[in-house]
Amino acid sequence: MLRTLKLPFLSFLGMVVFGVVLEFGFSAFIQITALFVLVNMIMAMSLNLVNGTSGQFSLGHAGFMAVGAYVGAFLSQHWTLFPEGLGALNFLLYTVLGGGLAAVFGFLVGQPSLRLKGDYLAIVTLGFGEIIRVALLNMDFLGGARGIHGIPTVPEGFGLSRFMAQYLFGSFWVIVCFFFLWRLVHSNQGRGFLSVREDEIAAESMGVNTTGMKVRAFVVSAFFAGVAGVLSAYFVRYINPSSFGFLRSVDAVIMVVLGGMGSFTGSIVAAVLITVLPELLRTVQQVTGVDLRMVIYSLALVLVMILRPQGIFGNKELRDFWRKK
Amino acid sequence: MQDFVQHLVNGLSLGSIYALIALGYTMVYGILQMINFAHSDVYMVGAFAAYYAAKWLGIENQPGLMSLATLLVVSMVICAILGLTIERFAYRPLRKAPKLNILITAIGVSLFLQYSGQLIFGADPKVFPEVMTDLTLLQWGNLSLRSSDITVLIVALIAMVGLHFLIHHTKIGRAMRAVSQNSSVAAMLGVNPDRIIAMTFVVGSSLAGVGSVLVGMKYPKIEPLMGMMIGLKAFVAAVLGGIGSVPGAVLGGLLMGLSEEMVVAYLSSTYRDALAFGILIVILLFKPAGLLGRYQVEKV
Repeated sequence: MLRTLKLPFLSFLGMVVFGVVLEFGFSAFIQITALFVLVNMIMAMSLNLVNGTSGQFSLGHAGFMAVGAYVGAFLSQHWTLFPEGLGALNFLLYTVLGGGLAAVFGFLVGQPSLRLKGDYLAIVTLGFGEIIRVALLNMDFLGGARGIHGIPTVPEGFGLSRFMAQYLFGSFWVIVCFFFLWRLVHSNQGRGFLSVREDEIAAESMGVNTTGMKVRAFVVSAFFAGVAGVLSAYFVRYINPSSFGFLRSVDAVIMVVLGGMGSFTGSIVAAVLITVLPELLRTVQQVTGVDLRMVIYSLALVLVMILRPQGIFGNKELRDFWRKK
Repeated sequence: MQDFVQHLVNGLSLGSIYALIALGYTMVYGILQMINFAHSDVYMVGAFAAYYAAKWLGIENQPGLMSLATLLVVSMVICAILGLTIERFAYRPLRKAPKLNILITAIGVSLFLQYSGQLIFGADPKVFPEVMTDLTLLQWGNLSLRSSDITVLIVALIAMVGLHFLIHHTKIGRAMRAVSQNSSVAAMLGVNPDRIIAMTFVVGSSLAGVGSVLVGMKYPKIEPLMGMMIGLKAFVAAVLGGIGSVPGAVLGGLLMGLSEEMVVAYLSSTYRDALAFGILIVILLFKPAGLLGRYQVEKV
């Protein structure tokens, strides 16, 4: 038990140190960017399980995020279970519930549509994402197009500032997500996912329940997408349906592909790059006077696909680079 | 009853526009098995090309058949050139790459066109020039037959008949069908697949050009992001009819336009965008190959 928790605990400690550096050395702008990086890490890693490890193509990740974000926002405004002093536990519970509902949606969407292959699956998931968005637009008790304002955020306490509380909460989930997915992929189940990706027909003839595998990967992925959604709701404290549009899903796909399909550390690196790069390009914008950020961004995407189609890491993980051959 | 006929006419003219754009998706899919996400933005560029052409040629206030023809030609040529460029520089280097990479490249090109469009044309909507005077041809109670709807239908019909002729009665069309069935065998028999694929992009993109001018006539508001929704719907239409099948795209487009018009008329307009994807999911679950598509047996 202690041994299995050693590595997660150490990496959490590392993130805490990084957070302290951010807290005392950097501006609020950089701090909020760091929070977005955490959200995007979870989003990219969870999508990687479906797109990278299992070889399916989902384009509706933002839909699951939206489910999570709305559940998290709604619950935090209308329901408290734990008393004042244990406020953070409430938020933990909301996050789990948000992810849980997203996972239920993942099951409902995945069960029928994962029988389809390749492009078709991409379109169905895309369609699902759009349906969620349109449905949210039409739900008045969730604010409709106005969205939800003034979402409470993770409470400050134990002498922590608001940023620190949010950052620790986010880091906790990043660690949970990473190690859960990592161990899942390196387990018996994970072999099943990989076999579906490598050759679906061969896997099926070897007795792997391919649709079952895909659905399981999809549900886990939806859960963490929901978690990412809840976190983004608590960090930004304002959500509306259009913040979970098609482009959000595309962002997630770009991170996965840029990092390398099937490489979780790659997803993390790509999430950092993709979140930080547009902010860095703001300085370019000050020089040229026009907003070239998205143009450069999309052009870079096409160039990466042509010049390095396997992404930054390929299907390697970070540790493979210093391991002996 | 009159209302119903009115909605029928509206739906048909909307549907024929969807069909024109869906044809571009279906042709590229038929030959390359890829979803050309950039197609909807080629269509957007076509609309802007027509807008600026009308301005520069000074025909923005001279509605008539001549202006319509000029704008159609300009828009088709620009779209064809753009389609050709995209194929040459973004898709051709990836011919042998995994499907996912091509799909992401297509999304990348689409984003590139959208954001460059916002930069070059400005993000604010522009008013499309009046191409044809909009007359009421027939008034019968609530039913009014407008000339714009009829023009849209006629132009779309001509384009589709032209496409049918091209595919089934010319040498290029035969080569296209050959490449889409089996490109390596076609290459052995003396067809140059790269040229035929480029040709497919030219034809598909110029149909998007026709579509863009027709949309400009019917809904005269153009903006750099206009392609996204109509592109998705046209794509759904292509899947509905059976992607890769040319008559399927036309059928899918018409069904799509009709059902959307009926939903807006009799249910609620806020759900019009969800409808498209609802249809899509239902059709994929029960008939994944689409209405006119063929099932393919999977070979090991």
